[in-house]
Amino acid sequence: MVPTGQLIEVSGVSTGLLRQGKGPPVLFIHGANGVGPWLPFFEKLSTHYDLLIPDHPGFGRSDVPAWIKSVPDLAFFYLDFIEKLGLKGVHIIGTSMGGWIASEIAIRDSSRLASLTMVGPAGVKVKNVPVGDIFVWSAEEATRNIFLDQAIADRLLSVKPTDEQLDVMMKNRFAVTKYGWQPRMHNPDLEKWLHRIKIPTFVGWGREDKIIPASYAERWKERIPHAQVEIFENCGHLPHIEASDALFAKVKKFIDEAAV
Amino acid sequence: MKFVLFHLMPYRHLDFVEAKKYRSAWTVLPNSMYDPAKGAEEYASYIEQLVSGERLGFDVIGVNEHHQTAYGLMPAPNLIASALIQRTKTVKIGVFGRALPLVNNPLTIAEEFSMLDNMSKGRLVVGFVRGIGAEYHSSGINPAFSHDRFHEAHDLIVKAWTQPGPFAFDGEHFSLNYANLWPRPVQSPHPRIWIPSQGSSETIHWAAAPERKYPFVVTFSTAEAVEKYLKSYSAEAHNFGYEASSDQLGWAAPIYVADTDERAREEAREPLERLFNDYLPMPWEMLIPPGYTSLASTKALAKVRTGLGVERQTLEQLIEKGTAIIGSPKTVRERIERMREKTGLGNMVCLLQFGTLSDELTQRNIERFATDVMPHLQDKKLATREAVPSA
Repeated sequence: MVPTGQLIEVSGVSTGLLRQGKGPPVLFIHGANGVGPWLPFFEKLSTHYDLLIPDHPGFGRSDVPAWIKSVPDLAFFYLDFIEKLGLKGVHIIGTSMGGWIASEIAIRDSSRLASLTMVGPAGVKVKNVPVGDIFVWSAEEATRNIFLDQAIADRLLSVKPTDEQLDVMMKNRFAVTKYGWQPRMHNPDLEKWLHRIKIPTFVGWGREDKIIPASYAERWKERIPHAQVEIFENCGHLPHIEASDALFAKVKKFIDEAAV
Repeated sequence: MKFVLFHLMPYRHLDFVEAKKYRSAWTVLPNSMYDPAKGAEEYASYIEQLVSGERLGFDVIGVNEHHQTAYGLMPAPNLIASALIQRTKTVKIGVFGRALPLVNNPLTIAEEFSMLDNMSKGRLVVGFVRGIGAEYHSSGINPAFSHDRFHEAHDLIVKAWTQPGPFAFDGEHFSLNYANLWPRPVQSPHPRIWIPSQGSSETIHWAAAPERKYPFVVTFSTAEAVEKYLKSYSAEAHNFGYEASSDQLGWAAPIYVADTDERAREEAREPLERLFNDYLPMPWEMLIPPGYTSLASTKALAKVRTGLGVERQTLEQLIEKGTAIIGSPKTVRERIERMREKTGLGNMVCLLQFGTLSDELTQRNIERFATDVMPHLQDKKLATREAVPSA
């Protein structure tokens, strides 16, 4: 079932939060399009874990603090968030831009983290391997490029968003621009510190990712040699939607082993 | 009223069929479509046209800045301004404008304008703009910080022009240990700053503030919008406790004059429609990148969610809406006069070459305008006109 949203105060920022389930804490770090609807992937996680899905500052129901300007700022914000909620042994799962944020958290302080899962993460730029320009695409192009299965895109595009949803979409778009326009969806200073990540790490990627090519997984593996890498076949940029069952099975196994 | 002979310097030899295969004539149009041999001739023609403005009695000859587009070949307008200074003696030289947020050190803008003011012995008028949405794609500058960067760059430039240097500047976006302008500008306190804009309320409020009183120029808008924005500038001034003078109120529009309305329409049709339907169009994502305008403004714009030029505009529609002023000398005079009566308009920024308008028709248009329209409306010419009976 869909949990009731709440607002919590972290570092002076009123922060939207969905929280459901019991068990080890799993912090889901959303991507550029915000949390979106309650997904089967969330439902499954919440049946095994204490699942927390915050809206990043600037997104969804959260405040738009002028002083949080970058993904490194978001990473420090989430360290405050984890402390404020008194979480320990946290399993972080970040998709796309959320994978970038997750890695920035982990290089700074992983003392309260039990594992790190990144799915199609932004944050690293491999020279001469272009990524899709999410800022120049129309909404329809973006939707079509996110998914391999165009039936999903068709379904999403056939639904006319409500005014409230449009407002959130625009707010999210402003936020992702602030954090990711330049350098485009990466931090040139991230890659050189990825060796700081010592906790169990899982990197997942859709084979047919049209936003960040699956070949980027190799660079992450080079920088975090102990990472377990899994490429999902017949899947685009969002395996947690397009390969939900397969991703969940892999991630659950990974988390449960990491927790031991 | 004062008159500016203004130029965008479009690349007229564009293959329009091929160009339509791309998202826009901005940013993504392959520059393999630019032929330097033809482009070089464009520069020569356009500079001649602007230079003729001095002889023909324009108050200002003006250029502007745009990047990575067939719409305008002036990524560095100061280079053209510098050439114009060498070819003229008395006419003012306008750079309308430089896009302040797009540079990483605004002091270079202060320096270059100061050089031009020295080289022209105080003939420079400048414009400060933010650049259009597409230019945040082409420059990589984050549109989320566009307004902040604009205001900070403005403060730095004006301070560098007016305060003794060296001084340190501690901004959020621009931080310098030494700001020390050599040369300082000739004009005191500094060259006049104009604000060309599409009419955002924040910009109007800021430009009209008593400590600035920057002349405001509404660009490429319908007559209804021009009237609304100029009146709103005057209302802002009134709220600040002063009355806006006519030289604070400007309008930039494509203008074409011929013997008769019919002939003017016939000659202007294709070039004008090219401007609005081929050179200018860009999708929403390029026109209004997130943060370029406030969330509230962006929402309001999204309600009529279209890119620029998504719907084809005909010459008739552009005339009807008053976006373009096309017709006989009488028609053109009346359109401008009517706007002056309604708003107190004092600066007419005249785009007399537009789209694919040929050299021959452009020169005829410029001369016709200067002879049959301008003298009837121009400040300094009023006395002369009354003293000399018409032939």
